[in-house]
Amino acid sequence: MRPLTEEETRALFEKLAKYIGENIQLLVDRPDGSYCFRLHKDRVYYVSERILKVATNIPGDKLVSLGTCFGKFTKTQKFRLHVTALDYLAPYAKYKVWVKPGAEQSFLYGNHVLKSGLGRITENTAQYQGVVVYSMADVPLGFGVAAKSTQDCRKVDPMAIVVFHQADVGEYVRHEETLT
Amino acid sequence: MGRKLDVLRKEKRGPGRKARKQKGAEVELAKFLPPATENSGKKLSSHARKRAAKRQMGSGKPQAKKKLLQLKKPPDEGGMDDNSAAAGQASPQIAGKHRGPGKGASRHPRLGFCDSSSSLLTPASTVVKRSWPTGNNEKECLESSESEGDEVMDAWESMEDDGSNEEMVDDYGASSSEEEELLPIEQAAQKQKSGREGLSEDDSEDEEEEEQVSGLGMEKEGTDLQLNMEMDEQFLLPTSEDLEKETAEPPDLHLIHQRIKDNVEVLQDFGAKREVGRARQEYLTLLRQDLAAYYSYSDFLLKKLMELFPVSELINFLESNEVPRPMTIRTNTLKTRRRDLAQALINRGVNLDPLGKWSKTGLVVYDSSVPIGATPEYLAGHYMLQGASSLLPVMALAPQENERILDMCCAPGGKTSYIAQLMKNTGVILANDSNAERLRSVVGNLHRLGVTNAVLSHCNGRQFPKVLGGFDRVLLDAPCSGTGVISKDPAVKTNKDEKDVLRCAHLQKELILSAIDSVNAASETGGYVVYCTCSIMVEENEWVVDYALKRRNVRLVSTGLDFGKEGFTRFKDRRFHPTLKNTRRFYPHTHNMDGFFIAKLKKFSNAIPKMQKEEESTVETASLELAPEEAVEPQLKKKRLEKLKVTTGKKKQPISKRGSLQRQRRPLPRNLGARPPARKQHKVHRSGQ
Repeated sequence: MRPLTEEETRALFEKLAKYIGENIQLLVDRPDGSYCFRLHKDRVYYVSERILKVATNIPGDKLVSLGTCFGKFTKTQKFRLHVTALDYLAPYAKYKVWVKPGAEQSFLYGNHVLKSGLGRITENTAQYQGVVVYSMADVPLGFGVAAKSTQDCRKVDPMAIVVFHQADVGEYVRHEETLT
Repeated sequence: MGRKLDVLRKEKRGPGRKARKQKGAEVELAKFLPPATENSGKKLSSHARKRAAKRQMGSGKPQAKKKLLQLKKPPDEGGMDDNSAAAGQASPQIAGKHRGPGKGASRHPRLGFCDSSSSLLTPASTVVKRSWPTGNNEKECLESSESEGDEVMDAWESMEDDGSNEEMVDDYGASSSEEEELLPIEQAAQKQKSGREGLSEDDSEDEEEEEQVSGLGMEKEGTDLQLNMEMDEQFLLPTSEDLEKETAEPPDLHLIHQRIKDNVEVLQDFGAKREVGRARQEYLTLLRQDLAAYYSYSDFLLKKLMELFPVSELINFLESNEVPRPMTIRTNTLKTRRRDLAQALINRGVNLDPLGKWSKTGLVVYDSSVPIGATPEYLAGHYMLQGASSLLPVMALAPQENERILDMCCAPGGKTSYIAQLMKNTGVILANDSNAERLRSVVGNLHRLGVTNAVLSHCNGRQFPKVLGGFDRVLLDAPCSGTGVISKDPAVKTNKDEKDVLRCAHLQKELILSAIDSVNAASETGGYVVYCTCSIMVEENEWVVDYALKRRNVRLVSTGLDFGKEGFTRFKDRRFHPTLKNTRRFYPHTHNMDGFFIAKLKKFSNAIPKMQKEEESTVETASLELAPEEAVEPQLKKKRLEKLKVTTGKKKQPISKRGSLQRQRRPLPRNLGARPPARKQHKVHRSGQ
C-alpha cells in the first residue's frame, strides 16, 4: 500500500473529471476529516486517514480492501473505474441519464442504453461525455459514456445507442470475484 | 380447511393425488361418528371386507409368520383375537363383531385415535405378540369411513389370495414356540377367548351375505371404530428378532413414523403406558434408531440432540429442520428507509411484512414474483439478504458511533454491514476472515451496501491481538459445526461426529481468547465481546464461554435481547458458571429462525490472569484432567495443549510440563528426557491421576 505517484494521480483525476468535473475538489477536501487515495495491489482506494491508520497495521499480503475501491490501473498504466466508485460519482455527477423502467434490466445486464430506453438526459451533454445512469426513481445504476450529444439524441432512431455501457451495479452479482 | 397441522401425524404419501387424504381428517372424524356403544353386530360392506383382507395380507412379511401361527392354533376363535390385540400396538380397524358387551370394562379409557390409515402405518415388527383374525374373520373387519382409492383397488387382489390362506398355514404351522413367548396379558386374553368358543364361523359367513344385500351400517361401524381406538392404545417394543428382520429389508418409513409416534406417547406418560419390565432406556434407544432412520441423522448427532431436548421438543426440532426458514432481508439504512424499500419491493410484486417488533430494519418475504437477490434495489444496495438470527448478535453487540470494532469471522459480510449501518459509517471496522475466497463476497457486499469505514483482512483469527488490538468491541461469529442451520445445509445431519465438534470447540476456545485479548477493557464506551455460533451444541457454546470466564477477566452481561432461551448453567455432568443464564439460545422450532447461541462478555481488566504458576503447573494439569468435563480422551489432550499455548506465551514452562505434553502426543525421544528431576516429577503426576 502506498500513495499514488504523480502520473497515477493525473490518470485517476483525468478519468474522474470526465464524470464529476471540478467536483473532484469536494472529494479531496472534505469537511469531515481528511481523505486520501492509496494504491494497493494495483487498486486505488479512497479512504479516510483514520481508517488508513488501522489498515497500516495489517501486513500487506493480508490486506484485502480498505475504504472504497475506485478502480484499478491496467498493466499499461491506464485507469479503469469500477462500479464500486459509483457511490462517489453519483452525488457529484454533472451529466446524468435516466433510463425507463423497461430498459433498467437490460442496462443491469451489461447492455448499452438505447434511444428507446432513454427516459431523460441532462441538457447540453456533449458526445463522449461521461454520464451517470439513473433509474427513473433516481437510483444510480451505473455509468457510461454518451454516444450522442443531447441534440443528436432527439433525431436518432429508437434502436440507436445513446450511452455506451462502462459499469453497472449488476456487476456486483456478475463479477463479484473481480471487484477487487 | 383450517385444520391444525400436526407434525406428529404426518400424512401418508399415496401413489396419487386422489389417494391422499386431507390432513387432520382423522381427528375430526371422531366428532362425526356416533359415540361408542357396547352392542355389536354391525354389518360390513364388501369393500370393507376386501380391505380388511388386504390389510392382513399386505401388512408386512414379519407378521405373516405369526399371523399364520395364530390361524392354525385356534382355528375358530375369530373376533376374539382382538382381545389380545389390546396388548399389542393395534390397528383400530380390526374389529371383532362378536365382541361381547362385557369387554368394554377392560378397555383403556382414552379416546381419540381413529386414524383409518394407521394399519398401513402400523409397524409390523413392533407388534410382538399380536394375534390376527383368521381368514374367515376378515369379513368382520370394520370399514374405515374414509375410503382410499388405492386401498380399495389393492383389496381386489388380496381377495383372490384368500383361498390360499389355509395352505400357507400348513406350511408354517410346525413351529410352536409361540406359547412360551406369550406375555401375561395375552395369556389372559386367550383364556377369555376359550370361554367364548360358542361363536361359529358360520355365523360370520351368514352375515357377510347379509351385508352384500344390504349396504347398511355406517353408524354401527362408527361405534365399533371408537371401541377399537380405546383398546388399542398400548405400544410394545419390538423384539430383537423383529429389528433384525427389519434391518434386512429396506426401511418402511410409514412404519417407522408410526412407531416414533407411539413411542413418544409412551415416553411422555411413561409410568402409565410403559410395557411392564421394559426400561425407559430401551424405549429411548428404539426411538433414537427410528429417528435416525426416519430423518436420516447420524447416530452421534441424534444422541447429542436427545441430550439437549426433551422427546416431544426433539421431534419438533427435527421436523422444523426439514422446512426452510422464512426468507428475511435487512434494510440498508445507509441508503434507504424501510418504508421506502418495502414500497419499492411491493411494486415489484414482492409480498412482505415487517420482521418483528424487535427489529426496525428487518422484513420477511413471503413470496415474490421476481428473484429477491437480483432486483435493482438489491443491486443498488438497498437491502441485504440475511437470516433473522444473524441480526441478533449485532444487536447484542450494540456498536456505537466512532468506535473501533473487530469482526473476526466476517464472511459473507452481513453482520459487518449491519455494524457499519448502526455506526452510520463512522469509526473503523476491521473485518477479518481466514478464508480469502469467502472475502470476495464480503468485498462485494460492503461496496454494494455503501460501507466505507471497513478494512478487510484475511489473517488467521488466532493471531489477533498480535496483528492489531485495542478494539472497543469484538464480534466473534465463530466457525462451528452448523447444527443450528441443518435446514440450510442438511449434510450436517450425517457428516459430523464427536471429533468435528471437539475440533470446532477447540478452535472456538482459541478464538474467544484472542477476541477477548483484542478488546481494550479501558474503552470508555465499549470493552465488550459478543460470541455467537450457529450451533446448538453445548460443547461449542456454554463450554467455550465458561472456559473464557475461567481464563480471562471477563464477566457475562445481558445480551439486551428480550427473547430466546437462557443458556445452560448445568448440562449432564457439567456445571457452568451461574451467569451463563445471561446467554441466549435460539431454536428453529421455537423462534422460527436458525439455531443460534449468543453470549455477551464485558472485559473488566486488561490483565491476563496468571492461572499457571510454575509450582502448580503439574498439579493443575492433574486437577484439570480430573475435572468432570474432560471425560473424553481427545478433550484431555486438547485442554493440555491449550493450556500449554497460553502459558508458554507468558513464562518459561517447567520442563516437566513440556515433557508430559510430548509424551502424550508421541513417544518421547530418549535424549529429551535428560533431566532426571523433571521426569520424576512428571511420573508422580501421572501416577496421581
